[in-house]
Amino acid sequence: MGRLLGLAVLLIAAGISLGLFLTRATPLDDDALDGLSGDPIAGAQVFHAAGCASCHAAPGAKGEDRLILAGGQRFASPFGTFIAPNISTDAENGIGSWSEIEFASAVMRGVSPDGMHYYPAFPYTAYALMARQDLADLWAYMATLPASTAPSAPHELRFPFSIRRSVAVWKLLNGPPDWVQPPSVTEQGRYLVEALAHCAECHTPRDSLGRLDRAHWMAGAPNPSGQGKIPGITPAQLDWSADDIAYYLETGFTPDFDSAGGHMASVITNMAQLTAEDRAAIAAYVKGLPARD
Amino acid sequence: MPTLRSFALALTGAAAFATMSPTPVVAQSFENQLKARQGQFRLIALNIGVLGGMARGKVPYNAETAQAAADNLVAVASLHQGALWPEGSDNMSIDGTRAMPSIWEDNADFLSKWQDVATAAGGLAAVASNGQAALGPALGPLGATCKSCHEAHRAPES
Repeated sequence: MGRLLGLAVLLIAAGISLGLFLTRATPLDDDALDGLSGDPIAGAQVFHAAGCASCHAAPGAKGEDRLILAGGQRFASPFGTFIAPNISTDAENGIGSWSEIEFASAVMRGVSPDGMHYYPAFPYTAYALMARQDLADLWAYMATLPASTAPSAPHELRFPFSIRRSVAVWKLLNGPPDWVQPPSVTEQGRYLVEALAHCAECHTPRDSLGRLDRAHWMAGAPNPSGQGKIPGITPAQLDWSADDIAYYLETGFTPDFDSAGGHMASVITNMAQLTAEDRAAIAAYVKGLPARD
Repeated sequence: MPTLRSFALALTGAAAFATMSPTPVVAQSFENQLKARQGQFRLIALNIGVLGGMARGKVPYNAETAQAAADNLVAVASLHQGALWPEGSDNMSIDGTRAMPSIWEDNADFLSKWQDVATAAGGLAAVASNGQAALGPALGPLGATCKSCHEAHRAPES
């Protein structure tokens, strides 16, 4: 009897160890950015394409204020409300004390400097596909932005999502990052849409575990805030020309001159700062999407 | 006292009517107010469309048409908004609108954003006759005012 009990304890201990091992946070290798030097000018384009300000600027920030990454915007979801943290250059309340490789692990692996998992409201599953040079450029650019002393607020999540370790299980179930569309249409468009701009995070529906449903890629989804829906943008839902799409991304005007609203208005503000070539590449990608209902 | 009697009857009738169908007069008025308010945005879209078509090179530039469209935008943007936004006509209270309660809760912000539309429309009207190349740069700030207000105060399509 005593021996059986001992075996059970051993098995449980082994199970917990395996569990802890499987759910550990794995940062990037220390040498992942070796040999790269960041260019802040190029980094500004990465910053706009990746939409950093759309979530991390203070609520309602406009113009230059969008570059103060004070955090504080609230994002409702079925799991609770996420509150964007301060990622400004402030050493105390922002990320000013981080190293470049810590930043890279956060953005591309969803792992914090102290080895915790970030919630995937931070779209690191898309950023994981980012070119290392772009990451280095982004870091160089963000170092030039103003500091904010606003403290980050904790997320307001429901149990069990409030347990950060649960994110590890989610990461395992979600699988390794990979491209969704073939590169044939336009490599740059795919890179901008799938890696940097993370369009699918809103335009693709999710399963009950919150994973993107790739079978309905960009086919539209309920608004996570619970109000209205995010429109589908495959040819089954959107018949705009490539020019129409590029013009919309530049100006916010639809072909019948309605205007973008909601979170998309902020996305347009980012997209307007890309080059015309980049907007055309995104438009070509969207036009090349397979029609999905 | 036939007059008094019919007055009493009418009163009773009115009371019964009011109980059976709550505030029919207001509902009717809502509908008209909503039509007018949504109509003003259609006027804006239509006139921006004239200018946007020229800016994109889809329609040949015509100085007179462009100026007329820009002047129309200035005119619409100068309309006082009070009568178009009765209390209770937000998307939480009624169907058929995407107007969020924040329009009433932070009315000063809403009106300041509407003022921004007027300012941007004025900038457009000042250059609309100056040739096709002037349209795009002046449409940009106007589009920004649309986005800014829609971002804060218009709900997504349901």
